[in-house]
Amino acid sequence: MSKNKKAVKRHDGRKADDLREMEAKLGVIPSAKGSAMFKIGKTIAIAAVRGPKKLHPKFLQDPERGKIRCNYNMMAFSGSGNRVRPGPNRRAKEINLVIENALTPAVKLDNYPGCSIDVFINLIQTDAGTRCAAITAASMALADAGFEMKDLVSAVAVGKVNGEVVADLDKPEEDVEDAVDIPIAMMPNEKEITLLQLDGLISQEDLSKAVDLAEVVCDKIYKLQKETIAARYE
Amino acid sequence: MGELFVEEKEIVVPGQTLAEGMDYLPAGGAYRDGENIRSSIMGVLGINGRVLRIIPLKSQYRARPGDMVIAKITEMTNTVWFADIDGYRDGILSLREVPEYVGDGDELCQYYNYGDYVLAKLIQVSRKNMVLTMKGPGLRKLSGGRLVNVNPSKVPRVIGKQGSMIGLIKDKTGCRLIIGQNGLAWIQGAPEHELVAIEAIEMINERGHEQGLTDKVEKFLDEKMKDVVVDDAEEEAHETEKTTKEKKSSKTDSKEDSDEEEQPVRRAVGGKKKSKRSKK
Repeated sequence: MSKNKKAVKRHDGRKADDLREMEAKLGVIPSAKGSAMFKIGKTIAIAAVRGPKKLHPKFLQDPERGKIRCNYNMMAFSGSGNRVRPGPNRRAKEINLVIENALTPAVKLDNYPGCSIDVFINLIQTDAGTRCAAITAASMALADAGFEMKDLVSAVAVGKVNGEVVADLDKPEEDVEDAVDIPIAMMPNEKEITLLQLDGLISQEDLSKAVDLAEVVCDKIYKLQKETIAARYE
Repeated sequence: MGELFVEEKEIVVPGQTLAEGMDYLPAGGAYRDGENIRSSIMGVLGINGRVLRIIPLKSQYRARPGDMVIAKITEMTNTVWFADIDGYRDGILSLREVPEYVGDGDELCQYYNYGDYVLAKLIQVSRKNMVLTMKGPGLRKLSGGRLVNVNPSKVPRVIGKQGSMIGLIKDKTGCRLIIGQNGLAWIQGAPEHELVAIEAIEMINERGHEQGLTDKVEKFLDEKMKDVVVDDAEEEAHETEKTTKEKKSSKTDSKEDSDEEEQPVRRAVGGKKKSKRSKK
């Protein structure tokens, strides 16, 4: 089997642990408290943070700590084919939930009891890995807004394509038969995983291999996040 | 044995490990995680002996008792006003804490109406709300002028060492300038001058982390004010004539105006209050 050979052939010529080309920018939306853009390959996510403000409806309020609320939205023209219907849908609802859960452990929310911090994420172009790009952009936006955080959050999708464990799947790879897609978000300094989803069938060994790979590539993303924040203020 | 991983004045991000070992101590913006000291905020590292402190580049307003803030009246009941200070906690201004005497049947909006901005002082801060007072020197309703937002972490820069920066802006533009600790600045002066002052403040907000900012702002103000004077030299002359005339005539006018609005109200009311209180 070709499993033992190191030279993996991916359709765009990347190696197994190669990420697509990345770009990031801070402060892209001046009217927001904090904002960031993160681009990986053809996927572009823009995140803006507003708040903290009083959380309504009131029954959602937590008197002990604040709450992060996300709003994930793919723009109408963002897909590669047909028009994407923008606005809330079942998929976006799920993604909102997982992004909220991925970001919440990173932010110190005790200072804002009964409040919500709203994160608006728009994807202007998509090519798989949108929730990971969204999380990466959102954590930079939260830092840009000046919130106290335990750590930044970096996210990447790893998976198994044609029997190989690879990092950062794009759309053609995701659509391969039997492809396994595992979006992982982690706090690089804390070494804590805040998001792990699994779509497909994978053996235990391969899964731990994939998680290990995610740790390595998340560090690359974290490095870019750090550089981006520093570059904003020279 | 402690090891420092970052240099002084370097920009750090949340979660970044600053130092290892017990030789260093975390202060504002930094925290200890086992052996390591980590940053919890985006900012610039300041080292003072063993103490590591992060000077935030941007921050949320952290209310403290004694802060002078510019608050917006958002809501009122029969006995208290609610004011917006930091966007998520209620600032409470009760009848006892205003200098005016509020009569029995009076509507509260006669004194401070919805949307009014007031310069107030915080006297108590809790997790859920903040108590404000209007009793104190200089505390008042702000009328006219313009408001500009500054990030709360940049307020000390706008004020400068012993008020050097704020004094500079006031001198050069001739505007009245008040900045609340919550990051709201109020400017009043000639319209053109107000705009220049706002630009200067926005410049400080944007570049507050740079060195030698006072000189840069001074240069900027000099240039801008030159333009303004050249542009409307005639108008200005007119205006000054007018205003001097007006001032002469309107000194009485304006006094009357303000008579209706503020100061005399206070005085008159103050008198009343005393008498009322003494009666009680």
